[in-house]
Amino acid sequence: MWMLLLVPFIGLLWVPFYNFTEPSLFGFPFFYWYQLAWVPISSLLIWLVYRSRTPDEAP
Amino acid sequence: MANQIEWVALSVFVFFFALVTVMGFFAARWKSGPISAHLDQWGLGGRQFGIWVTWFLVGGDFYTAYTVIAVPALVYAVGAYGFFALPYTIIVYPFVFAVMPLLWKQAHANGHVTAADVVHGTYHSRGLELAVAITGMVATMPYIALQLIGMSVTIKTMGLKGDLPIIAAFIILALYTYSSGLRAPALIAFVKDIMIYIVVLVAVVVVPAKLGGYGVVFAAANDAFAAKGGLTGLTLKPSQMLPYASLALGSALAAFMYPHTLTGIFASKSADTIRKNAILLPAYTLLLGLIALLGYMAYAAKIAVATPNDVVPALFQALFPSWFAGFAFSAIAIGALVPAAVMSIGAANLFTRNVWKSYVNPAISHAGEAAVAKITSLVVKLGALAFILFLPTQYALDLQLLGGLWILQTFPALVFGLFTRWFRAEGLLLGWAVGIIWGSWTAWGNGLKPLASIDLGGASYMFYVGLGALILNVVVAAVVTVIVGLISPNRTSVTARS
Repeated sequence: MWMLLLVPFIGLLWVPFYNFTEPSLFGFPFFYWYQLAWVPISSLLIWLVYRSRTPDEAP
Repeated sequence: MANQIEWVALSVFVFFFALVTVMGFFAARWKSGPISAHLDQWGLGGRQFGIWVTWFLVGGDFYTAYTVIAVPALVYAVGAYGFFALPYTIIVYPFVFAVMPLLWKQAHANGHVTAADVVHGTYHSRGLELAVAITGMVATMPYIALQLIGMSVTIKTMGLKGDLPIIAAFIILALYTYSSGLRAPALIAFVKDIMIYIVVLVAVVVVPAKLGGYGVVFAAANDAFAAKGGLTGLTLKPSQMLPYASLALGSALAAFMYPHTLTGIFASKSADTIRKNAILLPAYTLLLGLIALLGYMAYAAKIAVATPNDVVPALFQALFPSWFAGFAFSAIAIGALVPAAVMSIGAANLFTRNVWKSYVNPAISHAGEAAVAKITSLVVKLGALAFILFLPTQYALDLQLLGGLWILQTFPALVFGLFTRWFRAEGLLLGWAVGIIWGSWTAWGNGLKPLASIDLGGASYMFYVGLGALILNVVVAAVVTVIVGLISPNRTSVTARS
């Protein structure tokens, strides 16, 4: 599960994945909405890892 | 536009400034504790901040006022390249989730207040402790100065001339930070962040509606960049891809090495508070991405500015009624107060714990620590103010850039020890020194640009100099660790990990 934390690094640091304008969404070129989309995706991935881990014994 | 005083905007501004000033002083009684009796109280707010306070506090001091001014300014000036702040502030959170709870546990178990405390606790090396402490203090100073720049840009837009308003604002800030400690920015962060959210959400809905939609905004920016030429545009030029990715990665690794962000981490109630915040803090990143687009909206609105830093204030003034422009300017100015306060507290904690206590008065009491830190926070703020008043603005920008490079060099000393005890203090200290010297020298040689180039197989690649320095730092640390291990196999300083 912890490997999920590496996914945003791959998705965002390999720039050739998204360095173009089409397809656009709501007027946003791909370059922009792709990166903005990674914000909720990253939160979701971190949440999945959070859920899967064993809770601390301390608070 | 800045020739006459904007009375409506100014009145709104003064109202909100007065409100947060009262809150700043009142904060001393909030979540009550004996502020002056212990550095944990003044400098870490009592180590009791839960999920929401931490969310507002870290959000408020990581996404600074200067960000609101500078990111759209860079996007306005160069286009896609300025967007590196977005991947940077996304990938920082998986890192925070994985590493910062461990750091918090270490600090909590041993009563550590600063990064340098943690490093000393792990390696028992005064030299390494001092290196981390000084790097933190030096990197923070120009950062505080930048917050002042963010504030003065908005004050000037409202037609106030001279340095007096900024001096007055900063003295008020210094006084309530002195009396309330970290509780003041934590409480003010609620107001600041809610105001910024309102401003940005209104801006990203209203402004494109007035201008004809996002398609028009991007098209206007595209035309402007086509006319401008060079390394600008709605997407990256091939030569910009590696700089973009390496700046994002290097900045993400450096972000939570700063004293102000770490203060937010250490002040939280539990490791779980930090984990949940790693999930929730990206909401600010979404906001930042939308703020960045203000730079393109300026093209669609046909705003002409003297310097890119004026883009956001000029855009608000042109498109919003006076009272809402005043509200937006207050949000930005108050947005400068929160990080400036937390930064000065972080620097004061470092000075108190790792310089004063380590070298001047090792027998200092808890109340004595709080007293030294309070005085130091005043000195730090006056220093930043003098910096802005007496030195060219460009110095602050250049030093902040170098500061990011320097603070990144404390990464191995602070983070590696959480996972392995293999590295030795001697190696980490030498790696730190080599990283700082090589990085500064390279940046200096390139006219203080954050990029270095390397030739591989006939092609030249540009990358973020801080990341290059970090790699060199780690290599040196590893080599020296091996060599020292051969010379003296017995470690003198091993303690059980908590």
